[in-house]
Amino acid sequence: MTLPAQRIAARAEAQRLLSHFAAQGAEEVEARILQPAEELLDLYGEDIRARAFVTQDPLRGEVMLRPDFTVPVVRMHMEAGLDPARYAYAGEVFRRQETESETRPSEFLQAGFELFGGRDPAEADAEVFATLASAIPDLHLRAAMGDIGLILAAVDGLSTTAPRKAALRRHVWRPRRFRALLDRYAGRTPLPEGRAALLASADPFAEAGPEIGLRTRAEVEARLALLRDEAAAPPLPSSEVALIDALLTLAAPVPVALETLRGLEQDAPGLGPALYRLERRVEALERRGVAVAEMAFEGSFGRTTLEYYDGFVFGLFAAGRPDLPPVATGGRYDALTRVLGRGRVVPAVGGVIRPELVVQLRGAA
Amino acid sequence: MTLRLGLPSKGRLMEDAFGWFAARGITLGRAGSEREYAAQSDWEHLEPVLLSAGEIPRELEGGRIHLGVTGSDLVREKVARWEARVEELVPMGFGAADVVIAVPRFWVDVETLDDLDAACAAFRRAHGQRLRIATKYHRLTRDFLQQHGVADYLLVDSQGATEGVVRGETAEAISDITSTGETLRANGLKILSDGLIHASQATLFLSRQAPWSGGEQAALASLKVRLGL
Repeated sequence: MTLPAQRIAARAEAQRLLSHFAAQGAEEVEARILQPAEELLDLYGEDIRARAFVTQDPLRGEVMLRPDFTVPVVRMHMEAGLDPARYAYAGEVFRRQETESETRPSEFLQAGFELFGGRDPAEADAEVFATLASAIPDLHLRAAMGDIGLILAAVDGLSTTAPRKAALRRHVWRPRRFRALLDRYAGRTPLPEGRAALLASADPFAEAGPEIGLRTRAEVEARLALLRDEAAAPPLPSSEVALIDALLTLAAPVPVALETLRGLEQDAPGLGPALYRLERRVEALERRGVAVAEMAFEGSFGRTTLEYYDGFVFGLFAAGRPDLPPVATGGRYDALTRVLGRGRVVPAVGGVIRPELVVQLRGAA
Repeated sequence: MTLRLGLPSKGRLMEDAFGWFAARGITLGRAGSEREYAAQSDWEHLEPVLLSAGEIPRELEGGRIHLGVTGSDLVREKVARWEARVEELVPMGFGAADVVIAVPRFWVDVETLDDLDAACAAFRRAHGQRLRIATKYHRLTRDFLQQHGVADYLLVDSQGATEGVVRGETAEAISDITSTGETLRANGLKILSDGLIHASQATLFLSRQAPWSGGEQAALASLKVRLGL
């Protein structure tokens, strides 16, 4: 149990963070604790059920205790937002935990800062990072960043079929399936038993059962056609698989990582635009006084979070405390605004700080 | 000291459980009439309690019984982090059934989880909704599919006659228990080649949450000797 004194301190810290964000020009906003489940389920799928509390409202159907503020804040902005707009919020979020743990509570505070619109994404990324980092300079946190945009660019640059690229893009946030797909496309895993015979069969439906359910025979036939194309497609060159591996396993201080990435770009010019954006972002961070040489770049950073970050991702960690969750996290989520804005895209980047952790770390210092 | 032993209160599972203990020299039986949910034991340290098999995992988790006989599928489904709360003492060799993912047989393009995932993605594009998988095993199914990186599906609850939901168009696939696969086949379904979520059987579980004072531990030790554990 958190002591009442710590609770009071955490609330005060959340308020202090709100004022810090307000001083950076953010407008304070609120979100309901009970959020409609349908939208969150549609965005995140079943995975969110394992992470969020779902309950039943007699009138509104399934609702969730807000797992974060991002979705409601995006929705609010898409309905009536200015451009650019900066928002700040603070309040409890709720996460299901299957294991009892002091460091992974099911209810904790978040104080967040979100920036929508603006002309220059590199500047916006740097502004959000600097705003969060400058709110807690006394904790001397270890900073790490990644770039989902680079991974997506690497996938797009592969010399392979469009369906393969689409499948890989879809699984960037599921490392295990991504790896399985990559191995299959590289010809490293055998076809399922009977697959070759099925694709060669004149009547693949000869022994099939009744056509039941909403998935139609036409859909099955369409996928059979895709599987035939897939079987005929040449394997992914091993040099390209090696490039993806190099990118995903990259872990180095930012300046060193940039050098490595420039090297990778020699063989993969498709990385160019994403790498340019990363370089611009690093310059913008430097202009804001961020010590990028001490920051780590991790190629796979942000791949196991909920899948809405699609560009810059970052985290601030307590040094020497790998048992603790990150004190601050954030990133760019343009794609989320496309889904919630029904086609309208607003560039968006934001991040959150966990006030309880800030207080705990100050107490331990 | 007496150990409370939760047993399934009816049917084949109850009879097999009685039989299993009888084969090890402990006679358990119903007290009174067929309709009465009370049981007795010929060994003074064991107090049998007849419960619905589905409630036994919760009773174990809550520590209200020391031991319990139930399906290993039910414990994994109903108890979060079950290894920390209960211990699998011994699989009992009856009540075997598999929890599996099954899809319509005419989905000739879907043999593996990999195929299912691809079908889910295409289904969502074509229908504007996620492919529905009907089940009563929500935790087992979600953990399994998440672990294997299957996305774009939705679990819908089905507490019975799950094999029929695809025909009834309330789901496109199912995750259910089967012993021979006959009912699945009769309903136009097939099991994915890598779709085995859990091979279940009746198992004697121990609750780590129950009171285990010296007397109870002594009783457990002598019970283990009797059972040959």
